[in-house]
Amino acid sequence: MRLKIWGCRGSVATPGPDTTQYGGNTSCVEVMLDDETALVLDAGTGIRALGLDLLDRGTRQIRLFLTHLHLDHLEGLRFFAPLWDERVSLEIWGPRSPVVSLRDRIMRSFSPPLFPLDFRDVPARITFRDLPGEPWLGEGIALHSDLVLHPGPTVGFRLEAGSSSVAYLPDHEPALAGIDAGAPDWISAGALARDADFVLHDAQYSEAEYEAKIGWGHSSVAHAVDFTRAVGARRLVLFHHEPEHSDRELEELEERARELTGDDREPPLLAREGMVLELD
Amino acid sequence: METQQQKQLVLILARAFASSLSTPTLLADARGYLVFYNEAAEAVVGRRFAETGEMPLDDWIAAFEPRTEDATPIPPEHRPARIAFDERRPSHAQYVATSADGVAREVEVSAFPLFAHTDEFVGIVVIFWRA
Repeated sequence: MRLKIWGCRGSVATPGPDTTQYGGNTSCVEVMLDDETALVLDAGTGIRALGLDLLDRGTRQIRLFLTHLHLDHLEGLRFFAPLWDERVSLEIWGPRSPVVSLRDRIMRSFSPPLFPLDFRDVPARITFRDLPGEPWLGEGIALHSDLVLHPGPTVGFRLEAGSSSVAYLPDHEPALAGIDAGAPDWISAGALARDADFVLHDAQYSEAEYEAKIGWGHSSVAHAVDFTRAVGARRLVLFHHEPEHSDRELEELEERARELTGDDREPPLLAREGMVLELD
Repeated sequence: METQQQKQLVLILARAFASSLSTPTLLADARGYLVFYNEAAEAVVGRRFAETGEMPLDDWIAAFEPRTEDATPIPPEHRPARIAFDERRPSHAQYVATSADGVAREVEVSAFPLFAHTDEFVGIVVIFWRA
């Protein structure tokens, strides 16, 4: 299993000279499969470039799994080139709200005054599927979902292929309910990330920044480290970078994460656009 | 994926909420098992939750011998917790209970069901108020 990161910025896209190394596009991760289908996690602005790449590769069958519908995870969808290609079949999986279906929630962003075109104008064949539900099973791969702690209906994902596993938790504030390694079943997303090889986890804030933003739905680097240790995951990938953080500041946070992790575990990594994570 | 031990997110949030209250509060899951009570409840019960562990809620409540003022035992199906669990509706009652210190006290009990996003019943919250 291979994952390619097309966007790892949180909240809002941040192009500019201070973000060239780790990237300014918002959340989007491609799970690279061996067949002619594509599996995509989230539709932040990173999905725009991925869409062009998928069409170049001749991919016509795409499954998009959305963790939630906050704009930084959805805003790239309208500019996802396969959407505007009638040869493409696109399944969109994501959380419904207690009262509104996934389809209706997404259609809101495809209508004036937010967008000049209507969802009816989309030529690709689209189907919608609500999450969480039964695992999605592909050839040699399984995708599990579960609700996680973040404002509004939000899910996290766990991908399993053979003996490898990855958890994707880009927007997650488990500290709000506690990260007690002695009670892992009470940790939000604990089962999704348990013993995973990689955890792509929200690490938006420094410890000092978090104190002013408790309840906003995101984690400090320290909490991301705590979570990774509590669930027994092997390696943390710091994700959902704060828009105000430059490349240099992100590297300081990475250093802090490594310090907190200690020498007995694999050092955390900073997610960056173009990074490919390889699993056995 | 091993999911058997994972608590439902709404229960996780309810536990965090109850942990912050000074009012004795307990949680039961969709099986009807007591899965948590807070420090305020520990003070009344006289035992930490870690010592009690998960157990059927009916058994736990029965230990306090809930009864009316004239000492008539209140059957489980008339207790707010059981009503909230069985009938999936809020319930409130006043009764006498004997707490860990052996003292009989009048308490008011409020219980209500918890439903997750797709109307999935995930458990109940029970709050005890000193009458």
